[in-house]
Amino acid sequence: MTITQVELQEFEEQADRWFLENKPANPGFILPETFMEVGTDNQFEFLRDWQNKVYENGYVGMAWPKEFGGGGVDQVFQDIATKAMAKHRVPFLPNTIGLNWAGPLILMMGSEAEKAKYIKGILSAEDIWCQGFSEPDHGSDLGSAQCKAVKDGDEYVVNGSKIWTSLGSYAKYMILLARTSQEVGSKYAGLSFFLAPMQSEGIEPRPIKKLTGEYGFCQTFFNDARIPASSMIGNEGEGWKVAMATLTFERGATGGQAGGLSMMDLTIDDIVELARRAKRNGRPAIEDAHVRNELVDLITESQNNSLMAARAKVPALASDWPTSISMSGKLRSSELKRRMCQFAISLQGANGARYVSKEAVDGGLWQRSYLNAFSGTIGGGTSQIQHNIIGERVLGLPKG
Amino acid sequence: MATIEFTEEQTMLLETAIDFCRKNSPLDNVRRQIEQEHSVDAAVWSEMADLGWLGITIPEQYGGLGLSLADVVPIVESMGRHLMGTPYAPTVLAANALVASGSEAQKNHWLPRIAAGAVATMALTEEDGNWRLKEIQSQGVISGGSLTLSGTKCFVLDAPQAAAILVSAMIDGAPRLVLLHSDQLAANALTRETVIDETRRSYTLDLDGITVPAEQILDGADFASIEQAALLLLTAEMAGGLAGVLHVIVDYLTTRKQFDHYIGSYQSLKHPSVQILLSMEACRSHLYNAATLLADEDHKAIEAAIRMAKAQGSEAFAFAGDRAVQFHGGFGFTYDCDAQLFLRRALWCQYQFGDAAYHRELLGPLLLDEVS
Repeated sequence: MTITQVELQEFEEQADRWFLENKPANPGFILPETFMEVGTDNQFEFLRDWQNKVYENGYVGMAWPKEFGGGGVDQVFQDIATKAMAKHRVPFLPNTIGLNWAGPLILMMGSEAEKAKYIKGILSAEDIWCQGFSEPDHGSDLGSAQCKAVKDGDEYVVNGSKIWTSLGSYAKYMILLARTSQEVGSKYAGLSFFLAPMQSEGIEPRPIKKLTGEYGFCQTFFNDARIPASSMIGNEGEGWKVAMATLTFERGATGGQAGGLSMMDLTIDDIVELARRAKRNGRPAIEDAHVRNELVDLITESQNNSLMAARAKVPALASDWPTSISMSGKLRSSELKRRMCQFAISLQGANGARYVSKEAVDGGLWQRSYLNAFSGTIGGGTSQIQHNIIGERVLGLPKG
Repeated sequence: MATIEFTEEQTMLLETAIDFCRKNSPLDNVRRQIEQEHSVDAAVWSEMADLGWLGITIPEQYGGLGLSLADVVPIVESMGRHLMGTPYAPTVLAANALVASGSEAQKNHWLPRIAAGAVATMALTEEDGNWRLKEIQSQGVISGGSLTLSGTKCFVLDAPQAAAILVSAMIDGAPRLVLLHSDQLAANALTRETVIDETRRSYTLDLDGITVPAEQILDGADFASIEQAALLLLTAEMAGGLAGVLHVIVDYLTTRKQFDHYIGSYQSLKHPSVQILLSMEACRSHLYNAATLLADEDHKAIEAAIRMAKAQGSEAFAFAGDRAVQFHGGFGFTYDCDAQLFLRRALWCQYQFGDAAYHRELLGPLLLDEVS
């Protein structure tokens, strides 16, 4: 069915109005920036209620199949709705792993029964999902996962632990990468992938206190935890393949995600705006020559990233190393964000030394953002590992 | 505006230019050409004219192709990749300035000749190295229909080959452009300069005593568009140079062994190489964004994109050249190592028409003070 420009425009106006009118009021406590920083029940409930409201009004999962709870319309409508959310700077949707990883995966590989069981709860935020890939001893090296799942009748018995499970205390399900065989030749071939119910006996998520002083994620311990064999997705031994497919959804290259904001967006415009307000030695920081030089440099770098996305759409302009743009997205954006937050603190004079409190500039938002920005430069493979990967896979340099 | 468009024409020009430069300018040739009098071999130059490259920005009525500067970018980028030191960029800049500011008679006379292969060049910079094109000391005095020039211009590329030189001078208190014919220069008016990029042929032009008909003053004096064109082509050269130097680095890192390992396996070399790769991609993105915006109405957006491109590219290319020398170890310290060719080119590009800090300063009012 063709979509007319009029339809799109009408929808854009409708979405724009809805988010303008329904943007939640300031809750009176500082909100997290991403799902990795949800540290209190208040924050969690506020965000879950918000996602539920967005879903009930039809602005998330719009392109997912109607029969399973989606909107059943073209992706272009979701893109418009997501843009409206960004424009009105509404809170993000907290069920990030469900919306962006588990949901697309289940729609791609799951049975009809699995789709019927999981999809609606992902969209409504009734069923929160978490992710169990990283382990304490194998941060960026997922293929070496040691968490064991041994088959026993129609169950698997899981032992080991997973780390950085955001929303672990609130989650109903975990996408779990576990070792089902030690014997096979390649370490990758021994892995399997589960949609594991978190409420099973022997699964214990323990909150971890972060460098910000807040709680945000857990280390999840498995002590003879029993999960149904039917919760495996893909066949035994195909876990690595399924995990890689899931990570492709993370990079956003293939589409299929439910849409909506997954984090509080921080842009260079916010830093420029802060530079106008913040004072250095009695004058607006933006009048300082050194600050101006650095701001222009940051704007240039931020423009780099927007332009990379634009150039990736012009195949004739691919360089001699054609995968460099797509392979470097996470590295570029996470490092820029860290640098921007670091710089934002430097605009505040002696008040740069404050932390989350009434007296701090913007309540200490920038200091906290800077400390939290390491979640981007460390999580999902540290920037150093990203350099190795790009050096080896894109430039063809030898492994160390 | 983060848009990048690339036309069919640009795609074809890029493909042709990549082949042409690869064939005509392997690094051995670059070194041989350094020993020659001119920056380009006559046969190669006439082949470039035959391909129509000299007339790309010249309107069809004057014997050109009537395309835009954006179509020149892929050619200059490919030349930069292979360190070609031809008078191509100065000739295009001069033709462009003539199209924008020349009289009808000047256009009729010169544009068809340039399209057919005549070399032209620009004489803008002076001894104090000031990048502000309108802040010049050279003078022109009009008397009885004649213009008498005085002063000294520097960094005049390929001047002995040029049939026409566009010179900037203060005339009646305003910066203007004057078109000089090669036969109007005194015998000893040109002196070869020693410049860091040895692929260049750069000259000092002594204007003292040159008297020409006053009609040789151009009608207009659009220094802003001259600067933008120069910045765009320098950035194209830098984007190409970044890719070229990265190949030199990667080749060495994947063939040279130390302590029983290829040196590319060491993270201290691998990580900065990735940084160079990403800065090369960024430079190309800024370059083709600026080229795309040329056709736009928003002059501030064009200026911002071009200055950003030059600022980013200058730093990236200079860093890449610097690291390329370092990564070659003892060999990098020798003249035989190709890394120095790129480092010298990078320094040339960085200090012509404004370095990164200069353009960032000018970007301040465009990016920081305009937002309401």
